[in-house]
Amino acid sequence: MKQKIAIAILALVALCALLAPVIAPYDYSRQFRDTPHATASSQFLMGTDDLGRDRLSRLIYATRVSILLAPAAALVSVMLALLLSGFTSLTTLCLSLPWIFLFIILRALMPLNTRPLESILLTFALMGVAGWAWPARIFGASIEQMKQSGWLLQARASGIGSRRIALVHVWPHLRAIAWAQLRVLVPAYILSEASLGLIGLGVAEPLPSWGNLLAELQRPEAVHSNPWVLAPLGLLMIVMICLEQVAP
Amino acid sequence: MKRLALLLALSTTAFGAELRFSISADPKTFDPLHVLDDHSETIRYLTAGVLVRINRVTEKVEPQLAESFKLSPDGRAITFHLRPNLKFSDGTPLNANDVARTMKTALDPKQASPKGDTLRSEKGDPEVQVTSPLDITIRYPAPKPDIERLFDALSIVPAKIEKIPASAGPFYVADYKSGEYVRLARNPNYFMRPALDSIRIDIQPNHDIEVTRFLRGELDLINQVDPTNFDRIPGARSFGPSLDSEFLWFNQAPSATVPAWKRKWFTSTAFRQAISESIHRDDIARIVYRGHAHPAAGPVSPANKFWFNAALKPLAFDAQSASKALASDGFKLDHGVLKDRDGHAVEFSIITNAGNRTREAMAAIIQDDLSKIGIKVNIVTLDFDSLIERIAKTAQYEACLLGFTSVEINPTEQMNVWLSTGANHAWWPREKTPATPWEARIDQLEIAMASDPSRAMRKKALDELQRIVVEQAPIIYLVNPDYLAAISPRVHGAQPVASPPQILWNVESLRLE
Repeated sequence: MKQKIAIAILALVALCALLAPVIAPYDYSRQFRDTPHATASSQFLMGTDDLGRDRLSRLIYATRVSILLAPAAALVSVMLALLLSGFTSLTTLCLSLPWIFLFIILRALMPLNTRPLESILLTFALMGVAGWAWPARIFGASIEQMKQSGWLLQARASGIGSRRIALVHVWPHLRAIAWAQLRVLVPAYILSEASLGLIGLGVAEPLPSWGNLLAELQRPEAVHSNPWVLAPLGLLMIVMICLEQVAP
Repeated sequence: MKRLALLLALSTTAFGAELRFSISADPKTFDPLHVLDDHSETIRYLTAGVLVRINRVTEKVEPQLAESFKLSPDGRAITFHLRPNLKFSDGTPLNANDVARTMKTALDPKQASPKGDTLRSEKGDPEVQVTSPLDITIRYPAPKPDIERLFDALSIVPAKIEKIPASAGPFYVADYKSGEYVRLARNPNYFMRPALDSIRIDIQPNHDIEVTRFLRGELDLINQVDPTNFDRIPGARSFGPSLDSEFLWFNQAPSATVPAWKRKWFTSTAFRQAISESIHRDDIARIVYRGHAHPAAGPVSPANKFWFNAALKPLAFDAQSASKALASDGFKLDHGVLKDRDGHAVEFSIITNAGNRTREAMAAIIQDDLSKIGIKVNIVTLDFDSLIERIAKTAQYEACLLGFTSVEINPTEQMNVWLSTGANHAWWPREKTPATPWEARIDQLEIAMASDPSRAMRKKALDELQRIVVEQAPIIYLVNPDYLAAISPRVHGAQPVASPPQILWNVESLRLE
């Protein structure tokens, strides 16, 4: 039952994201300059931000950006981690690399007139590619542990092929770890996207994302004056709890 | 009766108390001759032993380590007579030879001291002559305007400059823990006795935490309050426009990354004027600064009462005039997209420093304003070092939104910004020759101001410079933010001013209840 509710909520969130242009009350970039930082009202259900932009519309559009791209990037990381977890030296090397400099170099190479959508796609793609080493280390440790187990030895002794062992015997063990890693990486990437804004990557104005909406929480007075500032955090938590429930 | 009043005053005002405030980052250096960042400058000011001090309220020059000074009739030389028995905080004596050595160090090209730049003149370095242990004459090869004011920023340093050098000023650095605090103690050898015993400067990067600590009574002042925090602080005060300004400019330097057709827009006065007239400065002041800023009138803030050209009015939004200017330069609207005479859609990027909420919000307002005349603006936020690299070295940018924190009351000191060969000549640094007649005229005015001892003549020249900058818009001035500060009621003697170090300028007179 819980799983069904979770799936229904996730489907609803995804639907809202996809239908953003239809259901959002206003364009996400429209500035109502006479009503900046307004509290919730019938005109603006969640109030407005510092520039008078409707918070609800921005949250719906931000969901569109983050709910699709962060899980996609996390999936890329987990898949790469599964493929490369056997290469322990490479994993260690990648963990020791100062990735932030790679991102800074990337920003320097990118043209300044890169469209916000291109910039965000590139950012999430890079996070997906760069983030494989952390889950790979966990996969590597689990595989090493399995190699020592009696059941794997017995399977080999019985003459079962490597491919069958991997798919039928090892994968069910790794699946739970992969799912857990996916759940860890999704919010990590959403928040990292906001941090990457500091070096000119990520989501540029006026496009909203959960990352840049969550960045507002750094200002306690914003939360105090309009509690709807917390809405992106609430939505992120709901999505993560639902993902937990739909886990196999 | 007078004695009773004095006793009452002493009972409520404590000598020997510690003033507490915070800065947002560690000072980069304690060497007063190599200060570049604001935090080091705050420490330098509080520990500086200077020959004279500019009174930030009256703008008059007052004697400090020098008991008196005398200017030569030809405006080329100044002679200082020092107070007797001066000492550094470590007890070593201070005399005219220390002043001469400080001058020599500051002017030594190998030292690359930023103080040396302000002490030099167009015609060469000054000659320093010690005539007695208490007398020193500094002579320039040509008349140097306002010579005496230069020495407000020159801290006299000891013979050996340690990592934390001895101080000749009212306080010295007694303790420093990186990332935590700097503690200044009263210099027992200073010629006068400041009321404060010590100053604790916490290093606190988060302004919201700074406000919370002030509200709890853990800090005595906030030297610069962010406009978004202003309403949270009961008793926070606005002191009107500051000397600071926020502005936008286009890259006019030949650059591999700016296509020729875009450079054509950026070098067009009509285009720049149209951009200037399409921006709602009043909205920036009202929304971004929550009413604590004023639309700018030009390069000099109205807070700088003497040097501001009062004939200039705040720049206002004027869509009709902007459209006319664009049409006159061959631009036309095509299905909501502005195109130049060759059919290129007008689109450019604005870079600004990441993490600065007010600049990011200003950029978003400009983006929205310009979209209404068919211009697409892409906002790119960069870390500060990358931003400086692009604007000062590689010229890999199209437009930049930045601010200027003015530390000088005298704007004629901004020669490196306005002279076409200047390193900080924003729109085209180190230009070989002025590209336009108006830039050549600015160069003439700057050179005249650098050598004309008459304050009235320099004011006239600066008025013309301000008018040219507004007409030609090489830099599009947006707003002058107000100076906002918060001072605890237990602090007495504060006379905050718009120029740095604002509340702290008369630190010797500050006392705590």
